[in-house]
Amino acid sequence: MAQNDLPSIFRDFDPLEDKMLRIIDNDGNIVSKDLMPVLDDRTITDAYKQMLYERIADEMAISFQRQGRMYTYTPNLGQEAIHIAAGMNIRDEDWLVPAFREMGTLLAKGVTMKEIFLFYSGNEHGGSFKNAKHVLPIAISIGTQLHHATGIGYSVKYRKRDEVVFTFIGDGGTSEGDFSEALNFAGVWKVPVVFTIQNNQYAISVPVSSQTNSINLAVKSVAFGIPGIKVDGNDFFAMYLAYKTALEYARSGRGALLIEAFTYRLGAHTTSDDPTKYREKVEEKRWRLADPLIRLKRYMENQGIWNIDEERLKEEYKLQIDKEFIEAENNKSYPLGDLFQYMYTDIPDELKRQKQKYEQFLSWKEKRK
Amino acid sequence: MSIMTMVQAINNALDIKLSEDWSIVVYGEDVGFGGGVFRVTEGLQRKYGVERVFDSPLAESGIAGTALGMAVSGLRPVVELQFEGFTFPAFNQIISNVSRLQNRSRGKFNVPVVIRFPYGGGINALEHHSDSPEALFAHIPGLKVVIPSTPYDAKGMLISAIESNDPVIFMEPKRIYRAIRQEVSDEKFTLPLGKAKVVQEGTDITLVAFGAMIRECRKAVAMAEEAGISVELIDLRSVYPIDRETVGRSIRKTGRMVIVAEAHESFSVGSELIAVANEEAFLYLEAPPVRVMGFDTVVPLAQGERYYVISPDRIYYEIEKSIHF
Repeated sequence: MAQNDLPSIFRDFDPLEDKMLRIIDNDGNIVSKDLMPVLDDRTITDAYKQMLYERIADEMAISFQRQGRMYTYTPNLGQEAIHIAAGMNIRDEDWLVPAFREMGTLLAKGVTMKEIFLFYSGNEHGGSFKNAKHVLPIAISIGTQLHHATGIGYSVKYRKRDEVVFTFIGDGGTSEGDFSEALNFAGVWKVPVVFTIQNNQYAISVPVSSQTNSINLAVKSVAFGIPGIKVDGNDFFAMYLAYKTALEYARSGRGALLIEAFTYRLGAHTTSDDPTKYREKVEEKRWRLADPLIRLKRYMENQGIWNIDEERLKEEYKLQIDKEFIEAENNKSYPLGDLFQYMYTDIPDELKRQKQKYEQFLSWKEKRK
Repeated sequence: MSIMTMVQAINNALDIKLSEDWSIVVYGEDVGFGGGVFRVTEGLQRKYGVERVFDSPLAESGIAGTALGMAVSGLRPVVELQFEGFTFPAFNQIISNVSRLQNRSRGKFNVPVVIRFPYGGGINALEHHSDSPEALFAHIPGLKVVIPSTPYDAKGMLISAIESNDPVIFMEPKRIYRAIRQEVSDEKFTLPLGKAKVVQEGTDITLVAFGAMIRECRKAVAMAEEAGISVELIDLRSVYPIDRETVGRSIRKTGRMVIVAEAHESFSVGSELIAVANEEAFLYLEAPPVRVMGFDTVVPLAQGERYYVISPDRIYYEIEKSIHF
């Protein structure tokens, strides 16, 4: 990795010096004017709308789970700027290899809320994202997805395609061996992969300080010979710039990059988790001041470009999302065959026999009624 | 036709597939420049280039995980893990993703990956170089697990494995890598996966084995013949799916079964075959099926292997006991 090949932000915000890329502050004031990406008002408005949509969908998902109409769900609250900035940069042909807390990016790639609701209602058909191009299913097994992204990167390079792979992991995931292995493979193979660590400060209850002795997570890129940068993950513009730069770098054939999106999980790890047990209210309160939606809104107000009727828009989104949820909720069809059908491309006799045995039980049960 | 060892037959199968299908890549530790520690991939990098046949970093999880990534994006990777004892760092990727992604994605993605590795004992090796972990892999839904016992089978089964759209664990009995020479066609041919082979027909007892144990079983069969016992020898070839039809048919004919395998006896392929005997031939059994298998111990180092490695006379001993049950 030659230093002079690096995009300037990767040089100026050296993770070894624990610098962090930030463009607007909590009050929406510009702090790095030179770095402000050139975006027209409509695009900025659109970004805010997408973030709002994700937030409302997320709130509703939690509420559906609380009502017992959906199972375990992984909230996104507070991390929307990362997801939407990635979503606005990722192209149709690019790959998305998600972890499980990237709702806005999934939606940008063509995944529907109905599918997301269906998945969290316990149906694999929801998780297949079948109409979304180049999107892998959600990865529950921590960190393993990074290898898949690197492998896709190899394939993209081998087939000489103009495609870039976006993949995500959490702060806790960086302790997994697969994290280091995948970044190492990606470095050696010089593959077009943009790795994002969503550092939301906690892996369930375990803080980052218990995961690593490194000064930050972006610095881990140094050992693997790929560029890394720590970015304010609650600053839409900083995330946008990071992704735009990373995409160009990866497309140019120079290899992989690591982005640490420094953020905070305002909600719970999953709907089964209670964060009040392991973190202070004051900490949450401090991070609420850095809410990515509020920051972007303040920026827009400061610039005089805010013209969203937020309450009306919220109602509109709620109706849309509710409709998608109802469609997912009404989809209760889960035939027995679904268990067996997708295990192999040609179903082995062994599986046919087991299915048949169960069907015989079912017909016996039917007759006993 | 050429006379080939198993190493040469596998090399030949890889060569044929690499030459006819550009989407195939072959990689692993030492497989590129060095041609693998057993020389299975020798000459392939020179012929097909470093993009298609290459050395990966030394990390088995990475080898299996990146293979999945390649497989979902248009390639057909054939990866080598250097020894069966080093498959375990890759186990998480195999059990959590390689075997499951097709089901998880409801068929949106296939995972046409072949994971090859040498296995088995009897070669006076260091620890982790003599194990037989086939049951561990066979227990994972979504995988096919196959083991050839001859150069001919190795070639035909490997080509089928590479052409399969499902992930295949291809286990190579390292003890007989070069011990058996056989005439093998130079042309491309395939053998069905999931089908056992009746090596020799017989009427008194069924002997089921696979991999390096087939050679030992042949010697035991010769001993039995001298004693006037007619043995039907079955080479299982595929551990999963298991060919219950061929095994069941044979037991219904002979009423007796001896299973021979190098792995630890408990919760093994031997255990599964006894379940098959129970389900397919219960009323035909003249004697309880028995297992001649490794102990539930760590495979010992060279000096202790004389106890662990299964010899033909130990197989014959169980055949005779079963006949006289």
